Amino acid sequence: MHADMERVAGEKMMLNFGPQHPATHGTLRIVLELDGETVVKATPHLGYLHTGFEKLGEHLDYNQYIVVTDRMNYLSPLSNNFGYVLAVEKLLGLEIPKRGEYVRVIMAELSRLADHLIWLGMGALDLGAFTAFLYGFKEREKLYNIFEKTTGARLTTSYTRVGGVLRDLYDGFEEEVNAFLSAFPKTLKEVHTLLTRNRIWMDRTKEVGVISGEDAISYGLTGPCLRASGVEHDLRKAEPYSSYEDFDFDVAVGDNGDVYDRYLVRMEEMVQSCHIVRQAMDNLPEGPVNVPDNKISLPEKKDAYGHIEGLIHHFKIIMDGHGVQPPRGEIYSATESPNGELGFYIVSDGSGTAYRIRIRPPSLLQYQVVPHMIEGGMVSDVVAVLGSLNVIAGELDR
Amino acid sequence: MSEEENDTTSSGKSPVVFERVKEQFQDGVLDLSEEFDELSLVAHRDSVYEILEFLKNDAKLSYDFLVDVTAVDYSQMEDVLTKYDYARFMVVYHLYSYKTGDRLRVKAPVHEKELSVRTVTSLWKGAAWLEREVYDMFGITFENHPNLRRILMPDDFEGYPLCKDYPLRGRGERETFDFERQNA
Repeated sequence: MHADMERVAGEKMMLNFGPQHPATHGTLRIVLELDGETVVKATPHLGYLHTGFEKLGEHLDYNQYIVVTDRMNYLSPLSNNFGYVLAVEKLLGLEIPKRGEYVRVIMAELSRLADHLIWLGMGALDLGAFTAFLYGFKEREKLYNIFEKTTGARLTTSYTRVGGVLRDLYDGFEEEVNAFLSAFPKTLKEVHTLLTRNRIWMDRTKEVGVISGEDAISYGLTGPCLRASGVEHDLRKAEPYSSYEDFDFDVAVGDNGDVYDRYLVRMEEMVQSCHIVRQAMDNLPEGPVNVPDNKISLPEKKDAYGHIEGLIHHFKIIMDGHGVQPPRGEIYSATESPNGELGFYIVSDGSGTAYRIRIRPPSLLQYQVVPHMIEGGMVSDVVAVLGSLNVIAGELDR
Repeated sequence: MSEEENDTTSSGKSPVVFERVKEQFQDGVLDLSEEFDELSLVAHRDSVYEILEFLKNDAKLSYDFLVDVTAVDYSQMEDVLTKYDYARFMVVYHLYSYKTGDRLRVKAPVHEKELSVRTVTSLWKGAAWLEREVYDMFGITFENHPNLRRILMPDDFEGYPLCKDYPLRGRGERETFDFERQNA
């Protein structure tokens, strides 16, 4: 071999993957060291979306902070709102009316569907399957219309409140959700037809980005990524919260822990979420959605404007230093968000503002395994692996 | 026995994990408590690694999942400060057992003059980034950590944002941020 050729053959190439690469979905950046097309070393860099959410938690009161939780996982803000208020309610020792719990479950599961649909669409698009992307987004649009009608916003939902939700479901909600639920299985079937036995899809995803169950636990993976590695664990089953024990559903588990299994697990989770929503809709109890306590829940507008009592209650909740004040102490509360275990660790000093809020983001631990999964693989596998992990930059960097 | 016994439980019966840990590490355990249905264990900084190792490897307890590592700056909470000999920080580990489904919180008080804890990366691979974040946000170092660098803030950032003495709006970094140097 020519001397120059020999030198080139041993030389590694550095490739900057992101932060603006279309397959990085947000601002992720990985510096890849390549030998030909093989990834020798991968170094993720993060912090591009660091916004100081945990610091903000020490300065905003408990209800104000709900707005911040929207911005963490911007693909499923409703799940974040839900997880956060459950933590505060645990600190307060509040019991939410059954209807409120069911409404929250319905919204959280619809939000899981929306999250998985974006993951499906984007993940498939990254690997060149454009149709699945359009099918996924078409369905997601229907969900976002429902979210918009319920919460007033498509993305910054801020739907939950400490002690309940912003408002009850609107008239006609049930029909719209039922229409979605009956049309959705058809789309899911179409996507299965497009991808599941597709030669190209299988070649790109099978035995790519493999992680064993033991490693997945050691790396702290949770949610669909953990279950795809064969560990059957779902917080909705293991530690049921907000009436999840009332619903009958299966936990999807994979075998090989590769991209293909993570795809199958999420596809099955969408089916199960539909089951849960249907059960919750069929058995939706009557009654209030908020805690009937004037020191926690805002009074209705007509009371706030029309009665001195209502006005005082409104004032006391809204004004700085008067609002929701949990006792001293510390709690950790976790929920099964679409991406995995979303935990909130709150230290309260007894005032209306948390002394410390720590968010345990599933995305941070999911992103950490990227080098483990792609080192030794090909450059094109990076796209498949990143897509399958569904790392959300807003939650990753907080 | 020791004074810990008085404040172990509200129900009168001490949880198994507390019994086991007390048996193994008499001096290493500073406090055991059960609040809001959550178990919490305060360990001495020097023995927290051994206690975590024991909790993970003990066949009966088997806390095999490290949920989270974080820290709290207690400099504005007088009673906690006095209780733990004016240790400003508390490193907090959250554990979960896939076998028993139990959760446990382990905390270790850290003094400002000895701002370090032994890393748990040898026990859980996932601890690496969690500990880097604690270092980045509080300045607490982890001994023998394979790659202890800032993770969210830029490498040349000065100060530790989640400390209580760091102002919410920063110390003017936004005005003086040098884009050209960052991109070089």
